[in-house]
Amino acid sequence: MITFKIGGVHPHDNKIAKTEAIDPLAPPAKVAISMAQHLGAPATPIVAKGDKVLVGQVIGEPAGFISGFVHSSVSGTVAAVEPRADLAGNMVPHVVIDVEGDEWDPAIDRSATIVKDITLPREELLAKIKAAGIVGMGGATFPTHVKLNPPEGKKAEFLIINGAECEPYVTSDDRLMREKPDGVAVGAAIMAKVLGGCKCYICIEENKPEAMEAIQKACVTFPDIKVLKLKKKYPQGGEKQLIDAVTGRQVPSGALPIDTGCVVQNVATAYAVYEAIQKNKPLFERVMTVTGQCVAGPRNLLVRLGTPLSYVLEAAGGVPENAAKFISGGPMMGKAIANMEATTQKGSSCLLLLTEEQTRRKPEGNCIRCGKCTEACPMGLEPWLLNKLARAGGRMDELEENKIFDCIECGCCLYTCPANIPLLDVIRVNKAEVMKIIRSRAKK
Amino acid sequence: MDSTILTTIAILTLVGIVVAVVLYFVAQKFKVEEDERIDKVEACLPGANCGGCGSAGCRDFAQRLVAAPEIGSLFCPVGGNDVMQKVAQVLGQEAVAQKKMVAVVRCNGTCENRPKTNEYDGYASCKVKAALYSGDTGCRWGCLGCGDCVAACKFGAISMDAATGLPVVDESKCTGCGACAAACPRTIIELRTLGPKDRKVVVLCSSKDKGAVARKACKAACIGCAKCQKVCPFGAITVENNLAYIDFNACKLCTKCVAECPTGAIHKFNFPEKPAAPAAAPAAPVEKAAPAAVKAEVKAKEETA
Repeated sequence: MITFKIGGVHPHDNKIAKTEAIDPLAPPAKVAISMAQHLGAPATPIVAKGDKVLVGQVIGEPAGFISGFVHSSVSGTVAAVEPRADLAGNMVPHVVIDVEGDEWDPAIDRSATIVKDITLPREELLAKIKAAGIVGMGGATFPTHVKLNPPEGKKAEFLIINGAECEPYVTSDDRLMREKPDGVAVGAAIMAKVLGGCKCYICIEENKPEAMEAIQKACVTFPDIKVLKLKKKYPQGGEKQLIDAVTGRQVPSGALPIDTGCVVQNVATAYAVYEAIQKNKPLFERVMTVTGQCVAGPRNLLVRLGTPLSYVLEAAGGVPENAAKFISGGPMMGKAIANMEATTQKGSSCLLLLTEEQTRRKPEGNCIRCGKCTEACPMGLEPWLLNKLARAGGRMDELEENKIFDCIECGCCLYTCPANIPLLDVIRVNKAEVMKIIRSRAKK
Repeated sequence: MDSTILTTIAILTLVGIVVAVVLYFVAQKFKVEEDERIDKVEACLPGANCGGCGSAGCRDFAQRLVAAPEIGSLFCPVGGNDVMQKVAQVLGQEAVAQKKMVAVVRCNGTCENRPKTNEYDGYASCKVKAALYSGDTGCRWGCLGCGDCVAACKFGAISMDAATGLPVVDESKCTGCGACAAACPRTIIELRTLGPKDRKVVVLCSSKDKGAVARKACKAACIGCAKCQKVCPFGAITVENNLAYIDFNACKLCTKCVAECPTGAIHKFNFPEKPAAPAAAPAAPVEKAAPAAVKAEVKAKEETA
C-alpha cells in the first residue's frame, strides 16, 4: 500500500455517517446563493430583483480569469441581490431567491441512464466544464477548467482523482463513490481526455473498501483508469502528498502540481464533470455530510447550493443541546462557523458539530523542543521554529528563509503538539503576511 | 629559563608594536567621516527606539535630523517639544512646536453595549482573530479585544479594562508614537491632538454598517444619521460610509453634537462633571463647558445662518 513519505498524523477517522445513503434534501423556502463560491474574483450577478429563474440557469458570470459561473439551484423569483454575511461573518454578494416549485432547465437530462461515450472534442469539453461552473469540490474550490488547461509548454502525464477523504468524520466522497461509481469513472475519463489522454489513477484510502470495490467495478470498461489503495494517514488527500504517494515525485517549493506533470482532482469534481458533460447539468447541488457524535441523525444529504446551514442541520435532527462548535468541513482543516444563516457552497463537504469536551482548547504550555511538530509536518517544515520567529515579532526574512509559504495549513503540528501551542494559528497569519511581502517584491 | 621568558616578552612586544602600527595606518585609510553632531543630537533624543518618528530607531532619526536642511517636518513624538528644542539648539535651527498627539480607541462596544454572538477560543491575538472571521460580536468593525495594542505599546500607556473588554489609553503616558494604531487590524485607533485642558470630543465608533445593522450589533454604534453634522456650527463633522467623523483640528469643543447624538456614540472627555441639576436645564453643562469665545462664535454663526 502506498502513502506519502514525510510527516502525517493518524487521527481517529470517526466516519459515523458512512452507513447513511445519500438523501436528496428538498429546497428551502428561500435560498441565498453566494457569488464567491470559488477561489478568485467573486462572480458578477446577472439577474435583478423580480427576475424569474429556473433550476440550472446562470445567475453569475465570471469576473476574471480565475473565477467561475454560478447557477441557480432552485426555480423561483429573485428577491434581492445584496451583500450578506458568509459563514465567517464577512459580507459577500449573494443572490436571494424565493423558491417556487421545482422547475428545471429543460436542457438538463434528469434520467438515471449512464452515458459512457465521450463524443465531444477537447475544446468543447473544456468550454462546457467552464460553463457548468465546476470548481474543485474537495474544499479549495479552484476553478476546474483552469486546472484542466495547463499553460503552454506544460504537459499532464498523470491525472490523479482524489478519493482519499482523509479528513475524519467526512463521508460525502465515500458515499458518492459507492452510489455513483460509474459517474465518477466517466468523469475521470472525460478529464483525462481534456488533458490529452494521460494516465489516470483513482486513489482511495484503505478505510473505504466498499467504495474501492464499486469504483473498481465501474472502471472495468476504462482500461486507462487504475484504482490505487492508499494507506490511511492524514493529510493523504493533500495535493502534494497525493502526488508523492502515487508518482514518488516531489512538487518543489513554490511550484504547482503541473510542474511535475500531475493534475489532481477530487472525486466529487469528477462526478460534477460527468453530470455537466453527459447530462447537461451545471453544478448547483452537492453531497454534504452532516455529522458529529452529538447529532441526532448523522446523514449524507444532496443539498442545493444556497441552502441555509441551519436548514441543513434541521434535516439531521436540529441543534443538539450539547453542541458547542459548528464546523464547515472536517475537524482538521474545516472552518468554525460564526453564522448559521450562511448558506451551502460548492466547497461545503461537511457540517460537523462538536461538543464542549471535544473542542475546548487546553491551556498553552511552553515549547520543550520535543520535535513532534517537525516529525508530523508533511511539508518538512519546522513549525516550532516558525512559531518562535513569528512571535519574536516581525522577523519576516527569517520566516521566508524557513519556507513558511510552503505550509499547507493541514494542522498536523497543532494536532500533535503536547504543549497545545496554537502553531497553525500563528503560522497562518504570518504566512499571509510573508506572501504579501513576496508579491509586492515581485511587482517591483 | 630566564632567557625563555625574556624572549617571549620581546617577541610579544615586537608583534604588538608592528600590529599597532599596521592598525594605525589601516584605521587612517578606512576612516569613516561622521558628523559629530549626530552623537550630540542622539544624546538629546529619548533613546526609546520606538519608531514613532518613522525612522528605524533614535540613531537613524539623529542622522536624518542632521542631514535635513530644515527640521520642521521631523518630530520626535516621544520627546515632544522639549526634546526638539534641544535638538534645534544643537543644529542651530528653530524648532517648530507641535501639539501633543494621543491615541484614541474609537469603539465603545462594551460587553453591555455589544453582546457576544459566539465565543472565540483561538489564539488570543487580534491579528489572528481578524484573519479568521468577523469577530465574536455582531459588529465586524469594532474592537476585537485581544490586546494587540497593549502588547505593541512600549510605554505602558494602554491597558485592557476587564469590565468593558476594551483598551484604555492613559493619556499622561501616551507619547503618540502610533505603534498601537499600526498594530490594530481594524484600524480603530486614531492619533489626534487634544484641546485646551486636554479636552476632546470623539465619535467612539468605527462601524461603517448601515444604521439598522450597526444598531442591532451594538447599542452605542454610530448609525450615520448625520444629526451631528447638521448641528455642528463649525463644519467639523463629516459623515461617510454611515460613520460620523469629527475633524479634531476644526472642532471647537462646543459639545453640541454630544447632546444631539441619538445613540450616545459621541463622547466628551475631561469636561467638568455635570452639576446635579434638574432635567429641566439640559443645556446647562454645554454652556459651562464651552469657553466664552467659542460661545460667542457659535452665536454669531447661528445668527448668520
